[in-house]
Amino acid sequence: MRKSFISILVIGAFLAPLAQAADDEVTLIIKNHQFSPAEIKVPTNQRIKLSVHNQDSTPEEFESHSLNREKLIPAGAKAVIYIGPLKAGRYDFFGEFNPTTAKGVVVAE
Amino acid sequence: MFGTGLIVFRETLEAALFVGIVAAATRSVPNRTRWLMLGAVAGMVGSLLMATAMDQISDWANGLGQDLVNVVILSVALLMLTWHTIWVSTHAREMTEDARRLGADASQGIGSLWAVALAVAMTVLREGAETVLFVAGLVSGSPEGITTLMLSATLGFLLGVAAGWLIYSGLGQVQPRRLFAITNVLILMLAGNLASQLARTLQQADWLQWLSERAWDSSELLTNDSLIGMVLHGVIGYDASPSQLQVLFYLLSILLISSAARHMRLRSITA
Repeated sequence: MRKSFISILVIGAFLAPLAQAADDEVTLIIKNHQFSPAEIKVPTNQRIKLSVHNQDSTPEEFESHSLNREKLIPAGAKAVIYIGPLKAGRYDFFGEFNPTTAKGVVVAE
Repeated sequence: MFGTGLIVFRETLEAALFVGIVAAATRSVPNRTRWLMLGAVAGMVGSLLMATAMDQISDWANGLGQDLVNVVILSVALLMLTWHTIWVSTHAREMTEDARRLGADASQGIGSLWAVALAVAMTVLREGAETVLFVAGLVSGSPEGITTLMLSATLGFLLGVAAGWLIYSGLGQVQPRRLFAITNVLILMLAGNLASQLARTLQQADWLQWLSERAWDSSELLTNDSLIGMVLHGVIGYDASPSQLQVLFYLLSILLISSAARHMRLRSITA
């Protein structure tokens, strides 16, 4: 029983990319240690592709406890973070390296 | 100034707790200090190298390069802890008795030390590269003086290391026989933590899509960035709002590793 469960997991891991639905893509820019837009509206129950572009000359870490995400974005670099599917609600995120200025929220509705 | 130290502390803490626990778990093994130091130093050197290459790494796989690297790092660390747990289960006697008191032959082999050292290197690497980039970024673009910055970063680092030392010396108070049982459980939870973070990384990169929904949200009770939350994260893998897949990976890894270890122990007894 456990074995068959594991093999389903393993097979699924290879098939998962094939099943990818078209994602909603949102672009987020970091400049002067601030996110723009600071508020992102996304549909509920859907996978969202966040494309984060750090235009500062220092690295930033995108972090959100409620979205359960954490990713470093070097100076001038772009990084992709997938979030969701989300229930309706507000999900805060912040830049760990500049938490006083870099703040934002994902609103799922 | 305070923020700098706090971030360095947070990054150091997880690795330090990891090292503290595996150091306690391998206390009776000859030469273990040398191996653990080797692992930690290799991890630090790797952190410097990885930090300088982070621009390129981030670009790989259409912006998912870091996730790719993290999947490898987490998987290697998880495999090494698995190997260590299985090795220990078949050498229970040597681990529970004080090997030096028994006059065990040091040349008898390094046991699972290389695996533990590699797991330490991976953990230090994962936390270290971020810290190096963060501090380097501050030095290049901060209004604060460099001295203040470095002082604050060093303080954060030392406090993180102190936490690792605290758990190590705390475990040192425990009787060897009981220590073995406790560290076995702690190491299983470290493995569970690695597996849970592996699941999260796979979901963050969209390489796995099931069970992405939140399993629970205990952030009202205990946030991830509170001191207790951070320590519990490092020791038992606490997460205030994990996905369902993270919970599944956590439980499954503990179940699989402990049953593999039990199976090997029974086999070594009957052999």
